[in-house]
Amino acid sequence: MLFLTDEMKREIILEHYSFPDNKKKIKEDEYKNYEVIRMDSDSCIDDITIFLKKENGIITECFFNGLGCALSTAATDILCNLVINKDIKDALYIIEQYENMLHEKEYDAEVLDELIAFSNTYKQAARIKCASIGAEGITKIIKGENKDE
Amino acid sequence: MLDVKKIREDFPIYKNHESDEKPFVYLDSAATTLKPKCVIDACTKYYAEDGANAHRGDYDLAYKVDKEVSKCREHIASFFNCDKECVVFTSGTSMAMNLVAYGFGIKYLKEGDEILLTEAEHASNVLPRFRVAEETKATIKYIPLDENGRCTPENLKKVITKNTKVVSIAQITNVLGYKIDIKEMSKIAHEYGAYLVCDGAQSAPHMKIDLKDLDVDFFCCSAHKLLGPTGIGFLYGKYELLLKMDPFMTGGGDNARFDMCGNVAYLKPPAKFEGGTMNLAGIYGFDAALTYLENIGMENINKHEEELRDYLITELRKLDNVIIYNEDADSGIITINVKGVFPQDEASYLNSKGISVRSGEHCAKLLKERLKTFGTVRISLYLYNDIHDMDILIDALKNGGNFLDAFFN
Repeated sequence: MLFLTDEMKREIILEHYSFPDNKKKIKEDEYKNYEVIRMDSDSCIDDITIFLKKENGIITECFFNGLGCALSTAATDILCNLVINKDIKDALYIIEQYENMLHEKEYDAEVLDELIAFSNTYKQAARIKCASIGAEGITKIIKGENKDE
Repeated sequence: MLDVKKIREDFPIYKNHESDEKPFVYLDSAATTLKPKCVIDACTKYYAEDGANAHRGDYDLAYKVDKEVSKCREHIASFFNCDKECVVFTSGTSMAMNLVAYGFGIKYLKEGDEILLTEAEHASNVLPRFRVAEETKATIKYIPLDENGRCTPENLKKVITKNTKVVSIAQITNVLGYKIDIKEMSKIAHEYGAYLVCDGAQSAPHMKIDLKDLDVDFFCCSAHKLLGPTGIGFLYGKYELLLKMDPFMTGGGDNARFDMCGNVAYLKPPAKFEGGTMNLAGIYGFDAALTYLENIGMENINKHEEELRDYLITELRKLDNVIIYNEDADSGIITINVKGVFPQDEASYLNSKGISVRSGEHCAKLLKERLKTFGTVRISLYLYNDIHDMDILIDALKNGGNFLDAFFN
C-alpha cells in the first residue's frame, strides 16, 4: 500500500494531468474495435470518451480522450493503468474501493495504488464528480450499460 | 460608487455568511443574483397572506391576487416603457425565447426564410431556433462577429437579405458581455421586413431599457437575474404580433370558452399565453425587485458596475498569469483564464478562497471556436459587490496557478 504525503499526492495528480499515460486519439473507424462510452458531464465541461477492450474476461486495453479538468483527467488516467490486465471482477473491485474512498466509506487501500492521491476529494464535495467520471464510465462499459452509444 | 455596506444590509445572505471561515465573495450574478429581503418578504406575503389563485376573483383573496398580478404587469410596463397588454408572464427568458420561436416561428416561417443569430448567443436563443428551422425548413445564418467577438450593425447589414424574417440576438452577450446597439439593429431588421427578437437576460439587470425607443418586436428577460425570484420572467411582444402568435402551452386561464368538438376561443394577449397557474409568489417578488432597483436607480447601478469593472481590469492586467478575453466589454461580465489551468480547476480553487465564479462554456458553446479555448472563468458583478471583493479576487488569482491548493488545504 502506498503512503503518500499531500505533496506527493499533488505531484501524482499534476503528473497524470499534464502527461497522461492513457490519453490517446484513435480514428473513428477504429471505434468498432472497442467498447466505447462518452462521458459528457451535465454539470461541467468534462467530456471524455473511454475505450476498453476485453479478451477472455481480461481487460487488455483501456484508454480515453477528450476534455477534462485536472482531477477527472488524472483519476481516469490512473484508473486505466490499474484496470489493464485485470479481470473484470478485480477491476470492479478496485473501482468500488475507489468510490468508497471518495464517499468516505470504508475502503481497501491495498488495491488503490496512486488513486490514494484522491483521498482528500471528500473535502470538496463539488469535485467528487470530477474524480469519479472515469470510474463511472469504465463501470458502465463493463456492465454493458453503454449499448446506446 | 454605491454605498455597498448599506446595500448589503438589505441582503440577508450576507449576514447569514458573516461568520463563515472564508470570505463571502459572490461574483456569479450573471447566473443569478442574490435577493434583497423585500423580495423574499414579497414572495412570503403571497403564501402567508394572500394564498389564492389568480384569474378567479370570486372572493376577496383571489381578487387581491389578481390585483397584485396586474400591478406587477403594470410595473414591468412602466419599468421597461411598454404597454401592459404586451407583457406576458413566463417562467423566465428561456421560456419566453421558446414561446417566440415556436409560437411565432412555426406559424410564419417557411422554406427559404432566414433566421439570423450570432455565435455568441445563449443556448436558449440558439436551440429553439434549430428546432424551428428543422420543422419549417427555414435556414439559420450567423451575423459575423468582429475580431473581438462583438456583433455590430455593420455586420448585420452584410448578411441580412430580403429573405431574413427573424433576427434574434442578445442585448448583452453572456460570455463576452458586449453591449449590442439593439436600436440600430432593430432599424436595419425592419428595413428588410424582418422581426427583431432581443434576449434581455443579461442587459435588463444592468441598464435602463426603453422598449418603445429600441423598437424591438420581442424582448425576453428573467426576474432572477435582476434581484427577483427564480421561475418568473416575461416576454414583451408588440401587441399586433402577440395577436397573431400561437400559445406554446394551452390550458386553464388562457381561453374564454371551448367545446369538445375542438372549438376554442382563446383570450386576448397576454392571457392567451398564460395557461395554467402562474408562479404567483414569483410575480409578487418580481414587483418588489423592480421597486428596489428603481429606488437605487439603474443609472447608478450601471455606473457602479463600470467603476468596479475598470478597477478589476486594471488590476488583472498587472497579473502575467491571467488572460482577459473581453477587456473592452461594456458590462459587468469579465471573462478570463489563468494560464495553464483548466477553468473548472481555477473556479474550484477560487471557491476554496470564498469566491463564487462560474467556469465552463456558459451555454455559448459556439463561441469556443472564436475564443480558441474550450472554457473560461466568468466573473460577473452587481450592485452588492465592492472594491474589497475585487481585491480578494486579485489576491487569489495571483496564486491561481497553484490550483491544487484547493484540494489539499
